[in-house]
Amino acid sequence: MAPTNLLIGHPLASKELASHALLYMWKVRKFEEAVEDLFGRGMMHGTMHLSIGQEAGPTGMCMALRIDDQITSTHRGHGHCIAKGADLTRMIAELLGKKIGYCGGRGGSMHIADAETGNLGANGVVGGGVPIAVGAALASKLQKKGTVAVSFFGDGSMNEGAFHEAANLAAIWNLPVVLFCENNKYGMSSATSKAFKLENLADRGKGYGIPGETVDGNDVVAVYEAAERAVNRARNGEGPTLIESVTYRWKGHSRSDKNLYRTKDEIEEWKEKDPIPKFIHRVQEAGLLNQAECDAIQQQAVDEIFAAVNTSVKAESATADGLLDAVFKAAN
Amino acid sequence: MSDDRFLTMAEAVREAMTIAMEERPDVFLMGEDVGIYGGAFGVSAGMRDKFGEDRIIDTPISELGIVGAAVGAALSGMRPIVEIQFSDFTAQAMDQIANQAAKIHFMLGGALHVPMVLRAPQGSGTGAAAQHSQVLEAWFANIPGLKVVTPSTPADAKGLLLSAIDDPNPVIFLEHKLLYKMKGLEEVPTGAERIPLGVSKVVRQGKDLTIVATGIMVYKARQIADKLAADGIDVAIIDPRTISPLDIKPILASVEETGRLMVVQEGPKHAGFINEVIAQVTESSAFGSLIAPIKRLAGLDIPIPYAPQLEKAAVPQVEDIEAAAREIVKNWR
Repeated sequence: MAPTNLLIGHPLASKELASHALLYMWKVRKFEEAVEDLFGRGMMHGTMHLSIGQEAGPTGMCMALRIDDQITSTHRGHGHCIAKGADLTRMIAELLGKKIGYCGGRGGSMHIADAETGNLGANGVVGGGVPIAVGAALASKLQKKGTVAVSFFGDGSMNEGAFHEAANLAAIWNLPVVLFCENNKYGMSSATSKAFKLENLADRGKGYGIPGETVDGNDVVAVYEAAERAVNRARNGEGPTLIESVTYRWKGHSRSDKNLYRTKDEIEEWKEKDPIPKFIHRVQEAGLLNQAECDAIQQQAVDEIFAAVNTSVKAESATADGLLDAVFKAAN
Repeated sequence: MSDDRFLTMAEAVREAMTIAMEERPDVFLMGEDVGIYGGAFGVSAGMRDKFGEDRIIDTPISELGIVGAAVGAALSGMRPIVEIQFSDFTAQAMDQIANQAAKIHFMLGGALHVPMVLRAPQGSGTGAAAQHSQVLEAWFANIPGLKVVTPSTPADAKGLLLSAIDDPNPVIFLEHKLLYKMKGLEEVPTGAERIPLGVSKVVRQGKDLTIVATGIMVYKARQIADKLAADGIDVAIIDPRTISPLDIKPILASVEETGRLMVVQEGPKHAGFINEVIAQVTESSAFGSLIAPIKRLAGLDIPIPYAPQLEKAAVPQVEDIEAAAREIVKNWR
């Protein structure tokens, strides 16, 4: 069955769209909580980069995208994959090293890709996905496909040469690409204030001759509105846009993080800006969903993640058979 | 075939790219100055006029960005050919080559693949010194997920490049810049015949000494073969052509026949590709056939120096190959 579009549109435009936005933010939140739990129980190998607190960015951005639009993602990429429509069971299964996982256990958390939903892959290298998204946009332009490519990346990527080279190529070739920076205030332990001389990272757009816009990355409505403008520009042949979505990660960079570089007060302050209650308040105020409906959506997310974990835990583990044959794609 | 089919390697590479672009609309060429300038070595001369600037794409000086864009385009239904002006500059693009292109198919579970070719000139002999003269084939050969091709003749370059473009995987195609303007010793077929990747070529059969050489060293070895034969030394010359994956079988068969092995490369000796050839020979039953110690001829373990006499001293020359061949056959009877 060919995958179909997820809901596209303004999160406050209808009850369905509001439900979708809320459901996907909850799915990301509950997925990350499940990952943390599985790690805590020693059931998961490797490391994890959680995006709790950042759910509005991927959700708002992907609500402006068609299924055939493409994304590249980051090491902190679970939210992007989910918002673009990835299968939760195959995601959890990958993290658990199972055969049915997206990468058959060969990639893990940092390398989930889903060709069917236009997800060209999360990336373990900071900035690695930005030139790839630009190349996808180049292909779209050459093939006149009308698709848009979105590169999700963090503030840290913006000081990589890869970002600079890719942004410039996108600009000079007027490519249908959205450069979506999730400024979560820290590149591992380095505060953006120590890594940039700029207040708004979106100002970098000027240097490439493209529009740059800073939005409240904890407001799914604001993110969607900026995303829609950028996607429309891209699809209309008006070229790339840089969006800076200002947000915050509640959890440490990875499991080794002791949070020595920031204060508890700062973390608590950002928890007050939790994107999910903020959106619930908006939808209830707008009369789109009542409390019971919001609670039911949260429960749906919990149930979906629970089912995904349950199936994955029982699934067959990946084996080393055939690893050597998996390096190259066989010629057709 | 007429005399004018003795093409140079630059002409043969251009012919292969032209055929591929005529055959399929998803192929395009991208790189620094590949358009109106025709590439730094003139390989794509005239192609922009034929195919237009949407298929012969001039880029800014952004090796990492260009290779990354090729990876993204390859993931999205295109078959890009990227020209990196000097293979030395692949260092600028290494994340996209080593961490992205090479790994995507395996690491991301096999649903995506990267059908792209990265072409780059390599090698010394032009007086361009250490940052424009390296032979880096061993770097790429040590990265699972890349295929690495080092053609030694224009005819091979054409057939191998056509196969590289067809291949659904990333292929690093390294052209020796001294061969660009030299006419080949064989005629280049006019058609679109492919030479498969991963098949070593027995350039010359011989019963006294097996010479395995890569790139321009094959050309150099061929220059002395007849002279040695006149003196009763019958050398076999084998060109792996694709150093990754490596087709070792013809090499083993030849060693079993000659009992003597000399391996020649331009790149530095330490951890070079020829050491892999030797390792595979010593692991095989052909090891038992050896009657002489294996001889390695390779670049010195130094950056390529500038002055012509220094540059020449840094890599094996025709005379070095001849002298080593004579010595091994004379000393080990």
